[in-house]
Amino acid sequence: MKISNILSRKGRILLQELVKTDFKLRYQGSFLGHLWSILKPLMLFAIMYVVFVKFLKFGGDIPHFAVALLLGNVLWGFFSEATGFGMQAIVTRGDLLRKINFPKYIVVVSATINALINLAINLVVVLIFAAFNGVQFTWLVLLAPLLILELYALSLGIALLFSGFYVKFRDVAPLWEIFMQGLFYATPIFYPITMIAAFSPMIEKIMMLSPIAQIIQDLRFVLISQENATTWGLIDNFWIAIIPLVLVVGFLVAGSLYFKKHSSKFAEIL
Amino acid sequence: MKDNIAIKVSSVSKSFRLPTEQSSGIKQAIINAFKGIKGYREQKVLRDISFEVERGDFFGIVGRNGSGKSTLLKLISQIYEPEEGKIEVNGSLVPFIELGVGFNPELTGRENVYMNGALLGFAKDEISAMYDEIVEFAELSEFMDQKLKNYSSGMQVRLAFSVAIKAQGDILVLDEVLAVGDEAFQKKCYRYFAKLKKEKKTVILVTHSMDSVQQFCNNAILVEDGEIAFSGNSAKVAQRYRELFMPTELMQKQYKKGNDGLVETDFVKAKVDLKQTREKILVDIEVQEKIKLDEDAIIGFCLDRDNGERVYRWSSDETIEGNLSFNPARVSVEIDNIFPEGVFSMFFVVKSRDRAKDYAVVNDVLQFEIMPRSDCRWGSFWKPAEKTMTSSVVKKMK
Repeated sequence: MKISNILSRKGRILLQELVKTDFKLRYQGSFLGHLWSILKPLMLFAIMYVVFVKFLKFGGDIPHFAVALLLGNVLWGFFSEATGFGMQAIVTRGDLLRKINFPKYIVVVSATINALINLAINLVVVLIFAAFNGVQFTWLVLLAPLLILELYALSLGIALLFSGFYVKFRDVAPLWEIFMQGLFYATPIFYPITMIAAFSPMIEKIMMLSPIAQIIQDLRFVLISQENATTWGLIDNFWIAIIPLVLVVGFLVAGSLYFKKHSSKFAEIL
Repeated sequence: MKDNIAIKVSSVSKSFRLPTEQSSGIKQAIINAFKGIKGYREQKVLRDISFEVERGDFFGIVGRNGSGKSTLLKLISQIYEPEEGKIEVNGSLVPFIELGVGFNPELTGRENVYMNGALLGFAKDEISAMYDEIVEFAELSEFMDQKLKNYSSGMQVRLAFSVAIKAQGDILVLDEVLAVGDEAFQKKCYRYFAKLKKEKKTVILVTHSMDSVQQFCNNAILVEDGEIAFSGNSAKVAQRYRELFMPTELMQKQYKKGNDGLVETDFVKAKVDLKQTREKILVDIEVQEKIKLDEDAIIGFCLDRDNGERVYRWSSDETIEGNLSFNPARVSVEIDNIFPEGVFSMFFVVKSRDRAKDYAVVNDVLQFEIMPRSDCRWGSFWKPAEKTMTSSVVKKMK
């Protein structure tokens, strides 16, 4: 995928149309329409809040843990949506691929961009929520876009890599779903990472090497409170601390290469 | 590539992997890997295909079902990649494998036009420029803000077709599926083809219909079993294609090359005469059955120019009420002589009314020549008949 190819006029126009269509049709036929983009994470948050904060008393020592919980929930929602829809995009759009020639990555990118739009809407809600909760924003907020970019790169890389597999093996979708369930529990979303530290500092460090954990904790750090533990705060060795970032780049490169190599055959296999 | 060549296909081959196992998935892949089997077999769909399409050509690709012509079309449209060989395209290519690609029932007509246009490679402003014409041609201006799901199927096809028609590209690739729909719609399609031909557009047409090939295409290839069985002038290709469907033993019974206007098959004996005056062309046909035919059997003929263009078509069931009696049936047809000058040949058939049974199918049953009008005289290819018109049915043609 050359840069000129990504930015080709034809590709850009098509991407625009696909994103627009997906966005329009997302909550097609529902009474509340796009309000669901906000309501769904808020309601899921409400459940988690009752179960984990009020009932199980998680995160008592972390300031603004409710906001952190909401943020983590929203970020995880994006990650799961972008990878899930992204990897199935080629198959979902199979009818187009079989009848017309266009750069195939566009359908994957369009699926992930839609998740990104959704994330943007949700982040606005999180910020409003944070303001009401008395969160003091610092200049660190300016780092948030970079972290969102990292999250997007990770999701796109995974989506590109697995969309190629998924065309050949439909087993990929249920496998990914199970894996995501596991990863959800292995990521500090509804519990503070300090709970793990109390159990075993070693496991805490290993868990923080997962890119999604690193991104969520970093965003909590820059947006909500610097008392949220981060990968680079827990791990002193620079070469180990950049493992999450290396994984993100690795997924993006591997995904792009694999996709580029196999995308010309998609129309035949579908 | 030379400038006058629009598409150059050089020794292209393509094969598909057909799975030999029932299931496909990770489990099967692992089992196959352990067993050391491939789990698929290679099916060669196209072998060593080479041809060139010149600018301004109306190029036909014909062949039986499964001969590989659709694969060839998808290769030209760059949906598939050739395994061997190369396909060069000179100019922008607009493919219509199917009408209305990307149409979504939940979007409005307007949104669907933009979506479809974007898929065909047009920018927003390009579609906006075409938009009014598209809507006008589809005759749907009041419905454009309605969702597509509220359109009748006819309206949907009209909209899709209008986008196709107004889409401007250097090379158009059309599949035969375009010509589906009711009769009025088919006519619209054919008028569109004729217009493309007149405008000297470069068109590639894949079709089963030898009539359209003869009418529109100047060059064609016949694909059979993944190879080019024949290429050249569309009339010759059409004839070859028809011969594909003639089993050899039947060929003697029902099919025959004429030239003298006399036809004899196992079923009928027929005599065809044609004479021309300055104003009229008169065709006299006499068919005598040798065995009892279906009582609703019909007679038909077509007049083809030597370039393969079908200029005239006549059949008895469209013009004569009731059944013919083939003991013998005599038909006289009078056609206004508005033919351009040139050499013409007649294709003659006797068939059951549903066209399922062939009693006689004859290419080139006779030939005739239309001379320049200033020097109107009897053509030299046919012998004027002396007999008077005593046919059982005389029908004046419109």
